[in-house]
Amino acid sequence: MSMTEIKPSAATLDKQLIASYSHINPGKIIRWTLLFMGGVVMVMPIVYMLSTSLKWPHEIYNLSIIPDEPTLENYIFVLEDGRFYKWFINSLIIATATTVSAVLFDSMVGYALCKFSFRGRMFVFIAILSTLMIPTEMLVIPWYIMARDFGWLNSYWGIMFPGMMTAFGTFLMKQFFETVPDDFLEAARIDGLNELQIWWSVAMPLVTPALSALAIFIFLGNWTAFIWPLIVTNSPDFYTLPVGLTTFSVEQSVQWELIMTGAALATIPTLIVFLVFQRYIIRGVVMAGLKG
Amino acid sequence: MATVALKDLVKTFDKTEVLHGINLEVEDGEFVVFVGPSGCGKSTTLRMLAGLEEVTSGEIHIGDMMVNHLEPKERNIAMVFQNYAIYPHMSVRKNIGFGLRTAKMPKADKEKRIDEVAAILSMSELLDRRPSQLSGGQRQRVAIGRAMVRDPQVFLFDEPLSNLDAQLRTQMRLEIKKLHQRVGTTIIFVTHDQVEAMTLADRIVIMKDGYIQQVGTPTDVYQTPANLFVAQFIGAPSMNMLEGKLTDRGIALDAGFTIPAKPKNTSQDITIGIRPSELTPAKEGEPALMEGSVSVVEPLGSETLIYVDIGATEIVATVPGRILPELGAKVRLIAPEEEIHFFDTKTGDALK
Repeated sequence: MSMTEIKPSAATLDKQLIASYSHINPGKIIRWTLLFMGGVVMVMPIVYMLSTSLKWPHEIYNLSIIPDEPTLENYIFVLEDGRFYKWFINSLIIATATTVSAVLFDSMVGYALCKFSFRGRMFVFIAILSTLMIPTEMLVIPWYIMARDFGWLNSYWGIMFPGMMTAFGTFLMKQFFETVPDDFLEAARIDGLNELQIWWSVAMPLVTPALSALAIFIFLGNWTAFIWPLIVTNSPDFYTLPVGLTTFSVEQSVQWELIMTGAALATIPTLIVFLVFQRYIIRGVVMAGLKG
Repeated sequence: MATVALKDLVKTFDKTEVLHGINLEVEDGEFVVFVGPSGCGKSTTLRMLAGLEEVTSGEIHIGDMMVNHLEPKERNIAMVFQNYAIYPHMSVRKNIGFGLRTAKMPKADKEKRIDEVAAILSMSELLDRRPSQLSGGQRQRVAIGRAMVRDPQVFLFDEPLSNLDAQLRTQMRLEIKKLHQRVGTTIIFVTHDQVEAMTLADRIVIMKDGYIQQVGTPTDVYQTPANLFVAQFIGAPSMNMLEGKLTDRGIALDAGFTIPAKPKNTSQDITIGIRPSELTPAKEGEPALMEGSVSVVEPLGSETLIYVDIGATEIVATVPGRILPELGAKVRLIAPEEEIHFFDTKTGDALK
């Protein structure tokens, strides 16, 4: 039996070609172009950071993305320099402790403002919200005076105390607790839990997405914080990474390759935090979809 | 198991009184249903009983103890909520066992108790599932299981079936009734659905605007309603109400006919009530109570609802399903004399 191959005619092929391209309309092209440009703006600094960290000092003002002679010397230098570890640990302790504290206290205050009715509740809420309108730069001086008077200069506590609780977090958590039905809390109350247990074991698990989002914001904010840690510390022992990295630029010249190497290393924990908590955000959203 | 007593219970929210002195005694092991329209105070009463709302004045007794000032957990009650209130982040086992968290008993005993309850509710194979993997009826069962596991003195149900579809609601209603027959614990159940109230209750408490209108067995409230509100609220379709005036010849109704009966009360403005099921087509030659033309016919299979215009008044009659009159047809209806209810139009009270 002979097989006959059916070949599409040239006209059919043209039509198919037109059809396959017809869904690319001008609007789509503009959207994609804008997205691409946005992506380039976001990604290029990171690409240059990585590229510079792999260059020799004499090559850093050569703006080629791929180094002529790639080297890991900068990484070896930074990692062998004991100060980097110290700053890394400082940053890690400060960002972690601040995140834990802020997530706990913000959600506790947000919960109280949302689920308990007491005299002056609105006033307290507005007072907390109004602090969002004051820029950090203005708060730095009173914080500094406070830290100096209490003897908190050059200490972890001095760096951490302004961020142990945040107005933004309180607002965010209060809004999220609004979505937790009162029935859940009342059922737990009847089952014999006290208010602290209800908050911890019933309300908190129901707002995991918000907690994760808040944890990411606060951790990143503290990890990259620069002005306040710079002002409140003057001993390299208490420098955080962003502050410490600047010391590579204060001596004879700016050692960009070392700053970029430190910065590249500093992004690792933020990536980990994001990847870990992102999973919880997705799980939380799935859980939030469960209705009666 | 325990008795429950409410004495002159008053509740105000921001100076607005919503309960105006509720008095009620619930027997040990009794199934009492609070029923009434939205805002009648039934849920508030239940929440006060649970300890979730403060008592403005009056007393609540559970067993021999006045519980006004006790925390919810100290009242030895369990409550099932309208939205189930089962925790999405816990398995069915943990949800059911949640009520035992604070109980001082060995872990093995707790597990045993959870298994027992799951067996009673036919949920043993679902214990490791998450609530998101359950159907609406199963979730409701988990909520009931969580209440049962603590073996409380009183079960409180706050409209637990209103989120279920009609078929499931009927099924769960039956299960709750069987459960009560099996465990015999005192149950106080709140609903706005009079069918639920009639089918479940040993006694029904009908409420309106913060007052108890009538307390009685389902038969009592159906057959001898205390006032116009109860008469219309209980029974579906609602009782037909016809207003009229007392005359020498009987009650002259605004609909244009006179009923020879005279209630003992001397009130001049009288409303008569006749249940749709008591109205039947008169046989030929038989004197009719009322006459009118059919305006709407609703066949329900086993029975047909016929809406009849009598003068300017519309009444409804439930007739056997095989009777399907044409629209506009003249119908003559009769009702047994003893099934005609009399009410004082002004006060709404039933007249003998």
